[in-house]
Formats: sequence, C-alpha cells, structure tokens
Amino acid sequence: MAHVTCLRCRECGREYPIEPINVCDFCFGPLEVVYDYDAIARVVSREHITSGPLTLWRYKELLPADYNEAVDIQAGFTPLLRARNLGKRLGLEELYIKNDSVNPSYSFKDRVVTVAAAKALEFGFDTIACASTGNLAGAVAAHAARGGLKAYVFIPSDLEQGKVLGAAVYGPTVVAVDGTYDDVNRLCNELADSYRWAFVNINVRPFYADGSKTLGYEVAEQLGWKTPAHAVVPAASGAMFTKVWKGFNEFADLGLIGPVRTQMHLVQARGCSPIAQAYLDQRQVIKPVKPDTIAKSLAIGNPADGWYALKTIEASGGSAVIAEEHEVAEGIKLLAETEGIFTEGAGGVTVSGLKRLAESGRIKPDEPTVVYITGNGLKTMEVVTDVVNPLEIQPTVASFEAAVAARIS
Amino acid sequence: MQRIRFTFTGLLIKEPVIYQLGHDYNLVTNIRRADVQENVGWVILELEGEEGEIDRGLEWVRSLGVRVDPVLGDVMEG
Repeated sequence: MAHVTCLRCRECGREYPIEPINVCDFCFGPLEVVYDYDAIARVVSREHITSGPLTLWRYKELLPADYNEAVDIQAGFTPLLRARNLGKRLGLEELYIKNDSVNPSYSFKDRVVTVAAAKALEFGFDTIACASTGNLAGAVAAHAARGGLKAYVFIPSDLEQGKVLGAAVYGPTVVAVDGTYDDVNRLCNELADSYRWAFVNINVRPFYADGSKTLGYEVAEQLGWKTPAHAVVPAASGAMFTKVWKGFNEFADLGLIGPVRTQMHLVQARGCSPIAQAYLDQRQVIKPVKPDTIAKSLAIGNPADGWYALKTIEASGGSAVIAEEHEVAEGIKLLAETEGIFTEGAGGVTVSGLKRLAESGRIKPDEPTVVYITGNGLKTMEVVTDVVNPLEIQPTVASFEAAVAARIS
Repeated sequence: MQRIRFTFTGLLIKEPVIYQLGHDYNLVTNIRRADVQENVGWVILELEGEEGEIDRGLEWVRSLGVRVDPVLGDVMEG
C-alpha cells in the first residue's frame, strides 16, 4: 500500500485528505503528497528495490499510488548509457545519458501518467483527460487503452495531424479546440472543476508529478547507488526538474545513498525560457511568456513549478542555461551522430545546454555528469529534415563508386 | 467564483487595477497570495460576482497588458 499520509499545501502548509484535489482552498497554493518515511524506511532497501520489476514500479514504496497492473505498460527503468563519444566531443570524461526516449509511448510522460492512471483507478474515475500537443497526449491515451479507461485529449485545432496521430491511434476522444493556447488552458481548468474526470495534471497533479521522482531514483541506482556531480535537465513546467532533485534526496534521507552533492542545471530554449531567464536576471518572479520555440514539448509559457525550480537550482548550487533556437536541431544531430540516440526537440535543447555548460567550464572535465533525454525524435522529425541527403545512383557498381567518390571529395 | 492569477510587469505595478476591477464591474476581490517586486509582480485572487461581469472585467484587465491565468499556470503540455 502507498505510504501516503495526506496532501499538504506547499505554501501555507495546510493539510488535506488524500483526494483528487490540487489547490489549497485557503491560499490557492499547490498541494503535494506527504509520505510516511518511517514506514517506507522499514520496508525499502537496495535489495528490496533490485528484486522488483524492471519498471518504475520497483520504487512503488516511494510512489503515491498502489501498483495496478491494469495501467502498467512498463514505464521507466530506461537505460543509463556511458556516453564516451559525446563526452569526448564536449571534453567530458564521465558523461552519462539517461535515455527516457525509449519509454512505451516514447517519452518520460509515461512515468507521470502511469502513476496518475493508477491513482485515477483508486479514486474510482472511469475517465482520464489532459490538454497536450504531443507527448502527454500519447501517454494518457496509451495508459487509458491498457486500463480500460475512457480518455479525452484536448488539443488546439491548428495542431498538425501528424502530432495528433501518436495519441489518436490508442483510441481516445480527441477534442480540437478552436482557440489559442491560453483558451485551451482556461477551458481545461474549467472542465476539471465541473466534470468528474481525472485530469492528469490538474486534479490529480500532486500524484502525477511524483512519477518523475523515479528519474532521480533510477539514475542513483544505475550509477551504483550514488548521484552525479551534475544533472542537466530540460524544463517546461519545471516540475520534473524539481522531482529529480527530490528523488535524489529521498534516497539519501532513506540511507540508500550517501549525501547528495549534485548540481542541478536547468535548460530551456530561447523561444520559451521563463524559468532560465528569471535565473539569469536573478529574479524570484517568473514572467510568463508566449511560447515560440521549435522545442514544442518545452513550450509552457507560464510554468506552474517555475518558482520551485529556481529554489532547486539554488539549493543544489546549480544553474540555468538557454539554448538558442538554431542549437535545437544541432543538439539533436550531435546526440544522434555520437551516441546513436534520436531525440526530439527537448533533447536537442538539453544537449546544447550541456555543451554550453562544458564549454564555459561550469562542468569540469572529470566531474560525473548525467544528461536527461526525455523524448523520442521520431515524434518531431520535421526539426531535422535537412539530414536527408542520399547518394542518388543508377543500379550499377560504377555509378555507386562515382557517387561515393564525389561525396568524399 | 473564479480563482485567477494576475501577472504585472513594468509600470502596471503602480496602477490600482484590482480596486478598479472591483469598483467598475461590481466584483468582490479577495487576494489570497501575492509577490510584488520592483519590476514584476503577481497576485492570486478570488473573484465573486456575476459571471458576465467577471468575464468583462477580466477582458478589461487583459486590455491593460496584465497577464491573466488560471491559478496554477499552464496545463497544456507537450
């Protein structure tokens, strides 16, 4: 059973029962899950974890929902690879890639949604919903299909059909909203109030968000029960960034690893960088922006967890960097060419941010570093279409050899 | 009743926007949390009144250049 005692407001500390709510009635602050760490410490150990399944549910004692096979599509426990080639290019001797692009629906969103879907079933919901332009929609629809839940996915009506396909194939009701990005946001907040649905990142957000803690647990476990000197993480709402840090620290508090000395580095793209810009301006207040970036999965102009992400940077002695828009595709290609991993725009942003951190000396060559790659490149192929440049030949050996010679010269 | 977040930038911080919103649109405004710094600030508040007046009032606030959002930021994700 999940070791959860209550929900607590992150601002005023008021406590609430475990229900599908996400906002404090008193101060309208966000709610988070409170765990019974004494109870967790009594059952969890390295052996307990390693004997668990090869999914994020190996950490079930630290998750806010009970394991439910009905919504387990095997999310998590993705590879951590030693990146020697990319490391060499960037002058980093001990670089690792957390490759979360190989989750079942090809992004880290499977982590948060498997937890949200399990909690939705516990609460007795028969419908889950989200507003999304890509990865989240796919994860929600896939988990709903597996769990026999109805799914509603809200998208802006001008979204390209190709983007919708990755969710529509699982059979949700796709709702195309004739309005702006802000209109879709507002509508979904209103619907969450009036429909008895589990809106994954609204009324079940406290539970949903904690699925991302497993990105911290896994890296610590896969590194041999320790945390890296640096973690380089993309940010949209900022929630995942804060939860990686929380995951590291929970492991330390439970005695599973030693003290955490990881510096957390947050990366955003120039066209949507409200958190990184606040850090660079030394502001505590996030100025919302209208997103205009090709890294679509990071396009959250008014990030719910932006302030908490700034606090995480501060607490860890980390930093924030902005990748220029032209560096998005460069980062995707660099990762693909050096390590054989094809990531989406967000991954391009992260790799380019890592490059900046290495070049500036912020990350020293001998410091163990993990870069988080959170989504798959097959979803956003339009970003790198210029790589397609085949040798065009006649079906003869002579033609082939002439073409190869021309390309080499 | 609506829960709303206003974000102010620049000179707007000096304007009595919330007072005027309550006065001109006959709304009860109840500030729950806020952080106002030199050049930027936000206020989270509850608005009570006729639905049409709330909509018109918020439209007026937007027209001033104040950003109006649901309390917990964007829910549409990539």
